Amino acid sequence: MEKVLTRYILPDGVPLDAKTYEKAGGYESVRKALKMAPKDVTETVKQSNLRGRGGAGFPTGMKWSFVPTGPNTPRPKYLCANADEMEPGTFKDRLLLESAPHQLIEGMILAAYAIEADVAYIFIRGEYVLAIERLQKALAEAYQAGYLGKSILGSGFSLEMYVHASGGRYMCGEETGLLNALEGKRANPRTKPPFPQVSGLFGKPTIVQNVETLSNLPHILNHGPEWFKGLSKSEDSGTKLYGVSGKVKRPGLWELPMGITIRELLEEHAGGMREGLAFRGVLPGGASTDFLVAQHLDVKMDFGEVQKAGSRLGTGTMIVLDDRTCPVGMVRNLEHFFAQESCGWCTPCWSGLSWSEQILTSLEEGRGNPSDLEKLEFICKFCAPGNTFCALAPGAVEPLQSALKYFREDFGRHIQAKHCPWR
Amino acid sequence: MLSAEERHEIEEELKRYPNKRAVSIDAMKIVQRRRGWVSDEALRDIAELLEISVDDLDGVATFYNLIFRKPLGRHVIMVCDSVSCWIMGYDRVRERLTKRLGIKMGETTPDGRFTLLPIVCLGTCDHAPAMMVDQHLHRDLDPEKIDGILEQYP
Ligand SMILES: Cc1cc2nc3c(=O)[nH]c(=O)nc-3n(C[C@H](O)[C@H](O)[C@H](O)COP(=O)(O)O)c2cc1C
Ligand code: SF4
Ligand code: FES
Repeated sequence: MEKVLTRYILPDGVPLDAKTYEKAGGYESVRKALKMAPKDVTETVKQSNLRGRGGAGFPTGMKWSFVPTGPNTPRPKYLCANADEMEPGTFKDRLLLESAPHQLIEGMILAAYAIEADVAYIFIRGEYVLAIERLQKALAEAYQAGYLGKSILGSGFSLEMYVHASGGRYMCGEETGLLNALEGKRANPRTKPPFPQVSGLFGKPTIVQNVETLSNLPHILNHGPEWFKGLSKSEDSGTKLYGVSGKVKRPGLWELPMGITIRELLEEHAGGMREGLAFRGVLPGGASTDFLVAQHLDVKMDFGEVQKAGSRLGTGTMIVLDDRTCPVGMVRNLEHFFAQESCGWCTPCWSGLSWSEQILTSLEEGRGNPSDLEKLEFICKFCAPGNTFCALAPGAVEPLQSALKYFREDFGRHIQAKHCPWR
Repeated sequence: MLSAEERHEIEEELKRYPNKRAVSIDAMKIVQRRRGWVSDEALRDIAELLEISVDDLDGVATFYNLIFRKPLGRHVIMVCDSVSCWIMGYDRVRERLTKRLGIKMGETTPDGRFTLLPIVCLGTCDHAPAMMVDQHLHRDLDPEKIDGILEQYP
């Protein structure tokens, strides 16, 4: 398999410095793009069919095309790299941040050039200490080499780039919450419209893009949209960083063609379940995706196919449930997270999610009764898309609603036995 | 009062944003890095420097997990309590920690050496269970490893 995103990553994970990176082909795409018109860079990315790797899968080139461009547009314009990565079970952007910082910076220069941004921020969670250190170093090198700052490589295009380490909160990863956090406010989401592309950071046109999405850009510019499409095994272009955690033999993270099946990922790459354990289910793309089960093992891990199966590709990092782990306990852990991270803006979210945590706790502790399942189902409907201000609440009930569907017996056993059967 | 160094570092941050309030989180972190936490007095001084109200800044401070409005121990242990770590045996790691330190989650040891806090997914789920002590990540934990790790933080 051709390595794209991990091409520059050495086995020890120590990133290349600017000089070595350049020798390996790094920053070539910037030289190329600076000779193109910004709208042609956008067009190339549109042609490549690159879809956002932050969870929602929105087409990247299309997102850029909503940004007003040309001489009479509001300035400064902004680009933000979303490096918040706080979704439980997700550990993909960390690799790109720690081990390929120049690739991210290069991708950001391209995106900024396409939308004619003047300032770029890398919004990164504060706990990523090593990544922050390495990004700061890489940024200094990129400035030194003339890839950032005033009139990059003499082109007349200027870009300032900074790292912002977050104060820490899951809501900061939500695109408009991120903008409020960067403005020094609480990370509550904003009403849309206006969309950030038109009125975002400090009221100016802004693009927020995931780290993995941005890291693909240099390769698309270098090799072209057709090449990028050809890397994949499915409708969705490119490669993907796929991860597996839980009780498998070899938990890990791999770059693979988009569209590999759940089975291949679990069995060939993660080595199958640990000795003595059987597979029961999987959250395919982080904490806020629906469970899939054995009947879905041959589903392709791309945006469309996972959706057809009733879940979402999300971040592509899957969490595996085995037959010795309690599904009710697992969902209780997830709802505890979501209830805690709710920003408290809308009632279904703050009230519904903490209520679901209480019910799941009482089930785990043997105090549950049959009407609890109906209450949980009610909460799932209460938090459905459209009822809340942002996607946190609808995402939060995805694992819950699917657990009620696939593991209903397990909920029932807690009620009948009056204790958790796994303890 | 803010020290000259703190003030200088905050002013450096101000160059990166178009207005003063944008650096409120950075400013609190700058102070916290030196003092361990953000006291009422520090909050007042920062609010004054950034020309925003104290209540407004406190509202920001209390929203974020990594801004501390109470004093902490010399070392801060943040144990991941999210889903992959839970599956991989977070409970046993937490039990060993609370037993060894004689405190509950959220508390500080009487000698002021450790504060024990929960944290959400640390983004290293393929090496669960995980925790951070100060700036260092510790992964693939099991209860037997805990004593050795604690010894590294006198
Ligand atoms: C509660 C919440 C948290 C999110 N956290 C992240 C995150 O940490 N990183 C990320 O890239 N996207 C996150 N997103 C998705 C972003 O809102 C946004 O869609 C994404 O950054 C767009 O980038 P992309 O188009 O490159 O995927 C989150 C969304 C929600 C609702
Ligand atoms: S859904 Fe939850 S997190 Fe999102 S705005 Fe409403 S209360 Fe806040
Ligand atoms: S769940 Fe603990 S590191 Fe991700």
